Amino acid sequence: MIDTLYKTVMPDAVKKWELAGLVTDFPEDGGECFRFGELQIAVFNFTSRGEWYACQNVCPHKLQAALSRGMIGSAGEEPKVACPFHKKTFSLKTGQNLNGDEKPIAVYPVKVEEGKVYVGLPS
Amino acid sequence: MKHVIVVGNGMVGYKFCEKLRAKADSTKVKVTVIGEEVLPAYDRVHLSEYFETGEKEQLLMAPRDWYAENDIELITGTLVNHINREEKAVSTYDGKHFHYDMLVLATGSSAFVPPIPGVEKQGVFVYRTLEDLDAIMAYGKDCQNATVIGGGLLGLEAAKAVKDMGLTAHVVEMAPRLMPRQLDDRGAKMLSNTLEKMGLQFHLSKRSESIVGADAVTGLAFQDGEILHTDMVIISAGIKPRDELARQCGLPVGERGGVVVDGELKTADPNIFAIGEVALFEGMIYGLVAPGYEMAEIVAAQIAEVDYTPFEGADMSTKLKLVGTEVGSFGDALMESREGTSIVMEDQFKGIYKRINLSADGKRLLGGVLVGDTSRYNILHQMVLNEMPLPPHPEDLIAEAREGAPVGNGVADLPDGAQVCSCENVTKGALCHTIEKEELLTLDAIKSCTKAGTGCGGCVPMVTDLMKELHKKMGKEVRNVICEHFAYSRQELFSLVKVKGIRTYRELLAAYGKGNGCEVCKPAVASILASCWNELVAKQSTIQDTNDRFLANIQKGGSYSVVPRIPGGEITPDKLIVLGQVAKKYDLYLKITGGQRIDMFGAHVGDLPDIWEELINAGFESGHAYGKSLRTVKSCVGSTWCRYGLHDSVSFAIEVENRYKGLRAPHKLKGGVSGCIRECAEARGKDFGIIATEKGWNLYVAGNGGSKPQHAQLLAADISSEDCIKYLDRFLMFYIKTAEPLNRTSTWISKLEGGLDYVKDVVVNDCLGIGEELEQEMQQLINVYSCEWKEVVNNPELRKRFRHFANSDEKDPTIKFEPMREQKKPVNW
Repeated sequence: MIDTLYKTVMPDAVKKWELAGLVTDFPEDGGECFRFGELQIAVFNFTSRGEWYACQNVCPHKLQAALSRGMIGSAGEEPKVACPFHKKTFSLKTGQNLNGDEKPIAVYPVKVEEGKVYVGLPS
Repeated sequence: MKHVIVVGNGMVGYKFCEKLRAKADSTKVKVTVIGEEVLPAYDRVHLSEYFETGEKEQLLMAPRDWYAENDIELITGTLVNHINREEKAVSTYDGKHFHYDMLVLATGSSAFVPPIPGVEKQGVFVYRTLEDLDAIMAYGKDCQNATVIGGGLLGLEAAKAVKDMGLTAHVVEMAPRLMPRQLDDRGAKMLSNTLEKMGLQFHLSKRSESIVGADAVTGLAFQDGEILHTDMVIISAGIKPRDELARQCGLPVGERGGVVVDGELKTADPNIFAIGEVALFEGMIYGLVAPGYEMAEIVAAQIAEVDYTPFEGADMSTKLKLVGTEVGSFGDALMESREGTSIVMEDQFKGIYKRINLSADGKRLLGGVLVGDTSRYNILHQMVLNEMPLPPHPEDLIAEAREGAPVGNGVADLPDGAQVCSCENVTKGALCHTIEKEELLTLDAIKSCTKAGTGCGGCVPMVTDLMKELHKKMGKEVRNVICEHFAYSRQELFSLVKVKGIRTYRELLAAYGKGNGCEVCKPAVASILASCWNELVAKQSTIQDTNDRFLANIQKGGSYSVVPRIPGGEITPDKLIVLGQVAKKYDLYLKITGGQRIDMFGAHVGDLPDIWEELINAGFESGHAYGKSLRTVKSCVGSTWCRYGLHDSVSFAIEVENRYKGLRAPHKLKGGVSGCIRECAEARGKDFGIIATEKGWNLYVAGNGGSKPQHAQLLAADISSEDCIKYLDRFLMFYIKTAEPLNRTSTWISKLEGGLDYVKDVVVNDCLGIGEELEQEMQQLINVYSCEWKEVVNNPELRKRFRHFANSDEKDPTIKFEPMREQKKPVNW
């Protein structure tokens, strides 16, 4: 079910920009989880890189909804998030599992305009 | 260009390809492999893992792509049924013909099926290939039990597999003991005792007469008339070399099977080699993988025309992990045909039996048997192979290591010729040479460069020890850096933070790190910052592990558990009532912990501040169960109530727990105080344990439970309460300042040069002159302690962070519970 619910959205495939919240709602170098209908999406304020990322909140390893509470960081140049349950790490750019054979996670584009954070969804 | 055809794609056939390609590429030698099984070569040694994982891919020696990448033509699912030696050609059952210049028979063996009437019945299997396993699993679904015929190495593997399938396992063995070729009577008895405790059932000295049942098996009849009722029979009574091809083309074979080969592994036809379990060398079939690999090496070298040493027979030593125990047998294990003396150590309580055989003159180790504890197998095996001199007290070789006693004869004493990795035939000399020359700094690098440790993995501990020795010698002490973002050890970072007065992760990363940090360095630095300044961890919440970020323990399903501090395990009725009321109100599952506290499970993240508000109002404080910090100080009831108690252990435990509460360390810390030597608080299983004596207290340190239980060791005896606190201050602070991340006190001490003696010197004798400094640092941390939950509860900004959705007050709808014994539990993941 997770596979059909969460699919990576490329920037040019965005049909709708959903408002997640204000920039000030986010902890620095940390994430928050947002609910868009059925979807739980983790949005990260990667302050130290000056970047924003979004991905499914569910970790494919044990299907726990907690990636937004994971620590973010980098592996080489690649920005990543570590699931708080068993420290499976995923690229925030591609969604690939960086330290194992888990399925990739879906990632979503994020844009910030006038202090507001939006997540790009396919519909 | 030569064309080599390999018949058989098993472990040895594969290894031959790998070794040949390492010596000769496709411009020199063309290689075709024809295998009978559908899958490419897989690891038969670990066949029983298939029952656990159910994944065939994991067992493959190399994926199919590997053969293509190495220009090896791989034909699977095809039986070779004819060799024409005159024309140098083989043909397959489906009528294809291949010409060869050199032919390598690596056809291996099949299971030997004894001629018992009824073996054709449904429910009779052999244990040899993945297909056999599939069939066993499919049939086993409708069975209650299964009987394995054969109590040897393979039979016990099969019995383990049966047990893993959830069936009752019976093992029938003709000989009066298990593993008759590897173990002596007492060793075998110890093994069967241990395995019986695990639920296996043995029938020794039993000859099977027939398999009974109409169409399908219903039982096994023995020659003594007894019948064992069973739903399934798995035959594992030995192997039979697959020498049909050799017989067909007229090559000499042994009386009981096997293609006769010489030291060059050549058959009577100089263009045909045989390797592995099909080869008969000096009347012997080598049914182990290491000798097979050695044969593969010798043939590969001949074909590639490089130097080699002819085969001279191999050692049949073996080590095996079974259900809940382990077995090793090395060198001349039984000493049936030689004069000599044995030393035996038997511990029926722990299920350990060890025997070593010494030469008649008492100067050399000939072999031995290890049951229950094979930790010294590698080194003992090497002593035999290299004819190393015995230590002055050979009994020490099998004695239980005494606390603090150095274990002699380590890897450093091995001669260069010692074969460290028998699967890949890597000697100590070669390994050390490569490590030094290539400057290999990690185990992974060593594995990929030398192949050592990539086979059965049994030599990895030895390779690791060697690596460490060498790194020391090379002056290349591998810097124990935290991760890719900080080129410093934890101890160095600790000093930097302290000396430079750094208060935040971001400052430290900017000044001494690179990149954006990660899940390794962030919590490690968070712990250092907390140990240095003891400031509220919630202020830098995103560098904390999730438990520290939400000041609660995340549990299966995504809910959290709450553990208030109950110092020394003492609690008033009123407070106990509050816990019950809060648990009822927020629908929490209650359990008493091992540390004499009450754990409340199943809290939604959004409820945590409300729950804590109620607990704090009732006088509770954070228990720090979520932190790498002091957990509990467990106590027995002590002299106030107990008729044996010498001192008031509860009061002292409460004093100590309150002193160190909130103290963050490289790993969790637990303590215990017992009022007398009966030790009801299990204090010696803790990082620090205090036990009352007639004259005062004994202070023990560095114990733990966990995966590697350790008894705490005596740091100081018969000391006053004041001295006990003083030494504890020093000990804990010294640990906090110098240990690596996530090392408990026992691991820390075992890595410290000088071990416990050194710690004693620092803490008790103050040999570094830092005693007072350590005490002061501890006192500062204690002075600034405050309950972090109290701060969060009273801070609306911090409270706001405890929510699942940032844009909705709803709880996470994916968290689900189900009832269990009048409480709840999370649904399975």
